[in-house]
Amino acid sequence: MERDERVVVFGEDVGVTGGVFRATDGLFARYGEARVIDTPLAEGVIAGAAIGLAIAGWVPVAEIQFLGFAHNGFNQVVDQLARVRYRSAGRFSAQVTLRAPYGGGVRAPELHSDAFEAHFTHAPGLKVIAPSTPADAKGLLLASIRDPDPVLFLEPLRGYRQVKGEVPAGDYTVELGEASVAREGSDVTVIAWSAAVQVALQAAEDAQAQGISVEVLDLRSLVPLDVKAIAASVSKTGRAVVVQEAPLTSGFAAEVVATIQEEAFFSLQAPIRRVAAPDVPYPVQMLEEHYVPNAERVLEAIVATTRD
Amino acid sequence: MVTLAPGIGQEAATVGAAMALDATTDWFVPQYRELAGQLWHGYPLRLAFLWHVGHPIAFQVPGDLNMLPFQAAIAGQLPQAVGLAWGLRLKRARGVVVAVFGDGGTSQGDFHEAANLAGVMKAPIIFLCQNNGWAISTTVEQQTASETLAQKAVAYGFPGIQCDGNDLFAVYATVREAVTRARNGEGPTLVEAITYRLGLHTTADDPTRYEPREMHDMWVDRDPLRRMQLHLVSRGVIDRSGLERMEDEVKEELRVAWDEAQKEPAPDPSYYFGHVHASPSTRLGGQLKRFERDGPG
Repeated sequence: MERDERVVVFGEDVGVTGGVFRATDGLFARYGEARVIDTPLAEGVIAGAAIGLAIAGWVPVAEIQFLGFAHNGFNQVVDQLARVRYRSAGRFSAQVTLRAPYGGGVRAPELHSDAFEAHFTHAPGLKVIAPSTPADAKGLLLASIRDPDPVLFLEPLRGYRQVKGEVPAGDYTVELGEASVAREGSDVTVIAWSAAVQVALQAAEDAQAQGISVEVLDLRSLVPLDVKAIAASVSKTGRAVVVQEAPLTSGFAAEVVATIQEEAFFSLQAPIRRVAAPDVPYPVQMLEEHYVPNAERVLEAIVATTRD
Repeated sequence: MVTLAPGIGQEAATVGAAMALDATTDWFVPQYRELAGQLWHGYPLRLAFLWHVGHPIAFQVPGDLNMLPFQAAIAGQLPQAVGLAWGLRLKRARGVVVAVFGDGGTSQGDFHEAANLAGVMKAPIIFLCQNNGWAISTTVEQQTASETLAQKAVAYGFPGIQCDGNDLFAVYATVREAVTRARNGEGPTLVEAITYRLGLHTTADDPTRYEPREMHDMWVDRDPLRRMQLHLVSRGVIDRSGLERMEDEVKEELRVAWDEAQKEPAPDPSYYFGHVHASPSTRLGGQLKRFERDGPG
């Protein structure tokens, strides 16, 4: 915001209180009410107004308080924001970043925890970014804000309180569309994003104890997808497990599996496995630990794929 | 032939509004039944024809024109128009925004969210509701229990005004006042222009299934073009032969624009790959290559 005076931050409770997860803490005091704005409680007009603000020359960074409520504004995000450049044949564009906390595991009430990323990765024109570490969160957020196209920036709820890590100081960006190898290994590739990366890393550690060397690929960016990195890792290991927090059917893991099939089929030594939530809606708090994939389930899939 | 949404009978409502704007600073945000107002604001007739045949370039609003493209999602343009108006206010720019929609649009959540935010932000916007009596086959009484559409503004804390949408002068005066308020930082206005859809919803529609004949005939007598012609002739501004000459000139203008539109090259099928992102991803680039190699299908 200091570097680019066109950047404005707005959404529900992002101003004085600094956001329900304090993600915008201090911005109001520093940049004032003209650039850090509390809006009415309405996701549709938050996303829609971001389009208009961008056309007026601003660079909006808007917050959808929880991705689970983004569907109230689904038309404005998927049918409108994602298509601004396309439907105006390049006359207009929307340099907009929509930040949205998502995913489970923090005992939040109904609909606060759903992992709905696949609803948005299916919208051509929209980039979908899902970091797992604090350093990537910074680098990818800055890159998203500077990207000329709309970005849905997903922040794992679990990450706010449970993940700690060093964050590079100063102006630090990470290119959109590049996966990172979170752990090197040679027997199985586990592919994950957002909070599931921590789960995958734990499972990899446990697998090591059983003599299985696991590579963990953190996608970081779902759209654009780093097809090369996926193909390279699976070609090396010959086995793949894809982990997603969302229900199994039509989840983003299916896209990853299809991509492996297209790009690295002849390297495969075993069927690809998916670890996902069951095809039921996200449960209330007392049941959620039976729902979100944990390290035990990922380990099971790793072991199984080495025996196939 | 593609499906069109004619604006016959509603010309005064949108032209009157467009006349109250300064096209160099002010924005016109359409739904899809206000071509007359768009043309007044500067949208080229040539592109209007290209829109009607489904050429994507019709959506590429010329670079110096303050206008958003046509919008198929009912009231979907309103949150964007409010953001635009809010953005102009944040920049301390002079511009205001006129956003056009219909009676059916007032039932959409996007209308209510947009009006609410516009009120809070004192956005310089005029919500121009063309109440043309029909949302396809649905009447206004089926759309809302409110006595008027204008009164919905009261709930959002700004004025709502009804005017005779078939009277060019009434629309112009009403919108001009709203534009002045918006420019002075006094916030939005909802203008309900009462008009009538004399044409079809779209060329795929058959109003004889639902529209009472006598209602249609009653509104034919109130056709804004006929009213304006009567007015001008009775005031001695122009005579019948002058009107005929004017009609011939317009026909010639249409013919020239149609000829120009015909000269527009057909869009290359690869056209639609070019505007999804600023620069296509590797994946999309690969799809384009395959497309160029293998052709359609």
